Amino acid sequence: MLKIEDLTVAYDRVRAVNGLSLHVDEGEFVGLVGRNGAGKTSTLMTIVGVQRPALGRIMFDGTDLTRCSPDEILRMGISLVPEGRRIFSRLTVGENVRIGAKSRRDRAAVAKDIESVRERFPVLAETWDRSGAQLSGGEQQQLAIARALVAGPRLLLLDEPTLGLAPLMVDRVFEILRALHEEGRTVLLVEQNAKRTIESADRTYVMRTGGRIQLEGTAEELQARGDFESAYIGMAEGGAG
Amino acid sequence: MTAAISLQVGIDSISAGALFAVLALGLALLFGVMRLLNFAYGELIMVGGYTMYYAQDLGVVPMILITTAMVVIVSMLMELIAFRPVRHAPPLTLLITSFAISFGLQQLAFMTVAKGAQKGVSPYPWLTEQHHIVGIRFSNLEILTLLIAAALLIGMTMLLKRTTIGIQLRASTEDYQMAQLVGVRGNRVISAAFAITGFLAAAVCILYVLRTGALSAQMGVTPLLIAFVGGAIGGLGSLSGAALGGFTLGFLVNGVQASLPEELSSYALMFVFLGVIAILVVAPDGLLELIQKARARARSPVPSRAAEPPRETA
Repeated sequence: MLKIEDLTVAYDRVRAVNGLSLHVDEGEFVGLVGRNGAGKTSTLMTIVGVQRPALGRIMFDGTDLTRCSPDEILRMGISLVPEGRRIFSRLTVGENVRIGAKSRRDRAAVAKDIESVRERFPVLAETWDRSGAQLSGGEQQQLAIARALVAGPRLLLLDEPTLGLAPLMVDRVFEILRALHEEGRTVLLVEQNAKRTIESADRTYVMRTGGRIQLEGTAEELQARGDFESAYIGMAEGGAG
Repeated sequence: MTAAISLQVGIDSISAGALFAVLALGLALLFGVMRLLNFAYGELIMVGGYTMYYAQDLGVVPMILITTAMVVIVSMLMELIAFRPVRHAPPLTLLITSFAISFGLQQLAFMTVAKGAQKGVSPYPWLTEQHHIVGIRFSNLEILTLLIAAALLIGMTMLLKRTTIGIQLRASTEDYQMAQLVGVRGNRVISAAFAITGFLAAAVCILYVLRTGALSAQMGVTPLLIAFVGGAIGGLGSLSGAALGGFTLGFLVNGVQASLPEELSSYALMFVFLGVIAILVVAPDGLLELIQKARARARSPVPSRAAEPPRETA
């Protein structure tokens, strides 16, 4: 479904991502973990068209995304839950959710999806007419996921969705992600909480600073690797790496 | 100050404040969406003024319609020709571009429409007709100004709250990149913002020219300054903040003028700016931000719920 080949992303002369290759198959839950500054967010921002790559290709169902605008990429079915949630705090919860469906024209299906996220996230239904600024961090994260879901994505990208959340809310976010995966959605999760990501994902890529993949595999495969601990050190307990 | 004078100052303040709020709103809309401080905003008023001059013989209604259409078109062309090519440039480039458009349009006016004897729009006697009720004096133009400004503010509120484009504008004002990531089309939203700005500038221009009558190539400078100051004290980053700033400035100007002794009245503007500085010292991010922080403090000991531990509702 998604295939990244030799991706290099640079800011001026600094390479944030250097020769990254990975793939995500339809229906898979893939994790991408790494320390701060490893290039995880740059990778996601390049997939969604905000950042242009210096080199490499990003293929989505046979189409090269590197020449597409964020709007076109969204319409192809890739939706991002960004780092720091970035909900529209001056809009109401309902407006935040509805604007997420902006790229869709199938109104009946949109209405159905909005109803579905209200059922999935009861706290959003309860606070529907309140401004986004009035929600707690965990509620805002649920809102950011709901906003991405109503876009009807075939591939859902999440950037550090548990950052700054209390442990119980981290559990809730992973519970939501597992439920989405069980429904057959394709998920690419970028996280510093490596332990939880590896446990939840079908496969996980471990990214090292400088934007290359150091390890890749299922939870069992990664744990069986001798160099796993060294690649993993400092983030194994899910703390900031 | 007697009750009648206080009431008079109050009415004048609301009337001027409503107009200032509309002015500040036009500037804040572009600042919010593009982080653009559009110095050429005043020139839209100048373009409207000269359009009124050339259309005045057609009658009031055609003059208003032609002026509005002209200012909206010039505003949208400004975006298309000058700002779109530099949209992704740093804010300083946008600022310099707006300076260039402002000076360019002024010079063009000097060479063409403003050349020769000063032009003006003839006053309409029915507009300047004065009324006196319980010691309060007001003209038809003042009533009209208040009604139009109120209608524009209500209309803008409805547009921003109830329509799809309004919600997209509010989202883009807050986080333009994120708005694009959820599918809001940048070109469409920015064009809409320029069209609305043009509409607001046309409305202010018509009321302003009907009040003063005189036209000049630099006639947009004072309204631009009012919009900037109003926006700055209210908070240019938000539309409600800009409107609040406009009203505050209206009260400040009229309050200072009414309270100063006669020998100091020629220094009124200096006292107004001292008041503006005092507001900015207390509320550097604007009055709206100050009010919101005070409200948040009143609601909870922590500034925002976003910083609170999450409520375990799920």
